[in-house]
Amino acid sequence: MEKVIIVKNLVKKFESFVANDNLTFDVFRGEIFGFLGANGAGKTTAMKILCGLSQPTSGELSVAGFDVYKQQDKIKANIGYMSQKFSLYEDLTVFENIQFYAGIYGLSNKEIDERALKLIEKLGMQAMRKKLVASLPLGWRQKLSFSIAIIHKPQIVFLDEPTGGVDPITRRQFWDLIYEAANDGITIFVTTHYMDEAEYCNRVSIMVDGRIEALDSPLNLKKQFNAENMNDVFIQLARKSKNKE
Amino acid sequence: MNRFKAFVRKEFYHIFRDKRTMLILFGMPVVQILLFGFVITTEIKDVEIAVWDKSKDEVTQNITNKLLGSGYFKLVKNIDNEQEIYEAFKKGEIKEALIFENNFSKNLNTKNNADIQIITDASDPNIANLIVSYTSAIVYSYTSELNANLKIPMQIKTESTMLYNSEMKSVFMFVPGTMAMILMLVSAMITSIAITREKELGTMEVLLVSPLKVSQIIIGKVAPYVVLSIINVITIIALAMSIFHMPIVGSLSLLIGVSILFIFMALALGILISTVTNDQQTAMMISMFALMLPTILLSGFIFPIENMPKILQWLTIIIPPKYYINAIKDIMLKGSDLSYIWKDVAVLLAMTLILIGLSIKKFKIRLE
Amino acid sequence: MVKVENLTKTYDKGSIKALKNINLSVEKGELFGLIGPDGAGKTSLFRILTSLLIPDSGTAQIMNYDCVKDYKEIRKITGYMPGKFSLYQDLSVEENLTFFASVFGTSVEENYYLIKDIYTQIEPFKKRLAGKLSGGMKQKLALSCALIHKPEILILDEPTTGVDAVSRKEFWDMLKKLKKEGITILVSTPYMDEASLCDRIALIQNGEILSVNEPQNIINQFNRKLFAIRASNMYQLMQDLKRFENLNTVFLFGQFVHFTSNNREILESDIYSFLELNNHSDIFIQEIEPTIEDCFMEFAKVENSFEKH
Repeated sequence: MEKVIIVKNLVKKFESFVANDNLTFDVFRGEIFGFLGANGAGKTTAMKILCGLSQPTSGELSVAGFDVYKQQDKIKANIGYMSQKFSLYEDLTVFENIQFYAGIYGLSNKEIDERALKLIEKLGMQAMRKKLVASLPLGWRQKLSFSIAIIHKPQIVFLDEPTGGVDPITRRQFWDLIYEAANDGITIFVTTHYMDEAEYCNRVSIMVDGRIEALDSPLNLKKQFNAENMNDVFIQLARKSKNKE
Repeated sequence: MNRFKAFVRKEFYHIFRDKRTMLILFGMPVVQILLFGFVITTEIKDVEIAVWDKSKDEVTQNITNKLLGSGYFKLVKNIDNEQEIYEAFKKGEIKEALIFENNFSKNLNTKNNADIQIITDASDPNIANLIVSYTSAIVYSYTSELNANLKIPMQIKTESTMLYNSEMKSVFMFVPGTMAMILMLVSAMITSIAITREKELGTMEVLLVSPLKVSQIIIGKVAPYVVLSIINVITIIALAMSIFHMPIVGSLSLLIGVSILFIFMALALGILISTVTNDQQTAMMISMFALMLPTILLSGFIFPIENMPKILQWLTIIIPPKYYINAIKDIMLKGSDLSYIWKDVAVLLAMTLILIGLSIKKFKIRLE
Repeated sequence: MVKVENLTKTYDKGSIKALKNINLSVEKGELFGLIGPDGAGKTSLFRILTSLLIPDSGTAQIMNYDCVKDYKEIRKITGYMPGKFSLYQDLSVEENLTFFASVFGTSVEENYYLIKDIYTQIEPFKKRLAGKLSGGMKQKLALSCALIHKPEILILDEPTTGVDAVSRKEFWDMLKKLKKEGITILVSTPYMDEASLCDRIALIQNGEILSVNEPQNIINQFNRKLFAIRASNMYQLMQDLKRFENLNTVFLFGQFVHFTSNNREILESDIYSFLELNNHSDIFIQEIEPTIEDCFMEFAKVENSFEKH
């Protein structure tokens, strides 16, 4: 399988604090990769580095075939990003948001119109095309936000807790979209606090105190930890760190 | 009482732990006063003057030479009628005009008395003031030279007229203005930000749900700023006195008393702003546009009110800093006591009471 | 203890309906969960109960005090923890606690026994600023602050949102202990799996209560056969099941797909043969007991079909 993210001995320090302690892992093209960890385990730090927003202290990293140290601009053009906190402009309409994001990734006007139309149709949002995003329910916003994050057909899309607080039905519709994108060959790199969502991933890594303590398919992890579900696996791992603190 | 103490202590923690607030609270007054002080007291050199010598005798000739020889003045033109003087001022050719009366030398010898009229462009009052004092000083030194050999002293009277700003603001005018500005900033702006910050963080929700009364929340929130504002007043006065040698003619306690009244007014304004906004940014914008700009532009701090268009003059009636600046200017520079400034103080008092009432009434016990 | 009758709340002059004619009652000593996604109306309901908002119509009472008229009494007897942990980020752990104690006219020592279990966990960090605490520790501190005046009722608005699974579990253990002290607890959460930890729950969505009952009773109300299905290609499995005749719902659920049919007599073998026909391999099918999340989706489905504008 083709590796689309390669991380070797990644270390990130903030003064004396080690946020990422020697991480090594690969992500394959087209897979859904779950990136889990307790609050403060170093997930966000690592994700920022992979997105080209922050420089690692040391280690070899390549994302979408580009070097993290020298080719941050190229990385940014080849990835999509969506977070729960910030995604869409509330005071722009659905269409204007699509237009804007497609625009900053350098799509031509014709492409923008074409893809916007397709996207709106796929989400069934024809009637909401000219509505302000602020007036949409949270679930719709998240679905729209994800579709926009992949409108430029990136190689990888990074999702930072994309389904926090979303109702269970919409949450599943959201995962339908993720599966579909993965099926189209887009690699999904996702963090979440919902442990049932960890089960949807092809492979899952669990970070504890800046280190990756486990990395495998959900099925194998459950076997390895003799656990009924991913929640148990997670609690077994994260507890270790709590006791130290 | 315990609650109140805890509240105030917490508020001080906030202030002391936020470097930006500390900077505004204590850095600003010092920087402002130094900035205004040094910018305004400029030295004078080669000031353009015009002379209308009505008697053209030896004495007037000598005085003119003495002025020009001092290096401070530069003769631009000789003129011979009043019309020309005003034109020259309007065109900005000159900063000062001297008019020697008819029969100057004769008057001096026979009546021991002669007049020089000095007209200055006082649109920059500080410069104008300096020019007049330099001119008078040179004329005075000339007379003392003459008088050295005489038994009955001769006298040359200089009579100055300020154009464009007849009431002549003092060099130290910037001190009351700066005080008004700083107090507005600290008391109104910082208070409104401190309250809206709690709304933004959600801690206001917890305070509202607690058994605290609205008045307790307000007083607890505001008390530290009263103390800090008073410290600011004292700092500014001390700086003005020590670095710029500003004399304080009137009563220091009256000055601080009026300042405290103004602080309360500004705090009430700050609370009022915080009741109509829910985030720090809006509170800051409102404070900037509704408080700081009028304080700078409409209070008579920088631009003389008399020179404003009528509409703006009316508008200044509702600008509280105007009354404060008026009152403390009179205390500091003229030594007026309460019987002179009671009108300003009364207006300020009325405004304060209205604002406090309004802000307590508008402060919501709920979230909407 | 808590009585809510025909409560309605709208925002923006009626254009947004946050609560639509809500009825609810909570018994003394109960651990009651309000379960629903963001925007369901949980926060609006809690703010009305804590007297922070005034309802458009209907009444809300706590211990027979009206939440509008008797707001002063209400504020004495409730401990409230708002959505975002409302702590002073620039005060230390200790300073926050002392401050909130004195605001409620008490001292940390007076009711220390109540918070002891929780506070000892964060005590080693008592000099640290609240802003520098991890999510789990912030949550514990916020709970300590809400408890310090020994309230009759604790109202906790999404205390576990954004907190990792371990801290969430610890938090629920603490709530159970507090319940033993006789404190009534009203807690909201978007996590369906926390429902089983409550005595009774209300499922809420779009300002309406879908169901109020004990968790097990809600599960018993689910009157369809529910199947957990797995196959080697999960994406294809979803796509194919969506074409199943008499399909009611098909949802991803952890490592399985949860499937219900409109045909109540459907058998595992019916589904099995359908999947085999569609070339699926490693097929696993089992009838299972529904979870609260299954129930929520079943209740909400009716609503959702209307919602599609």
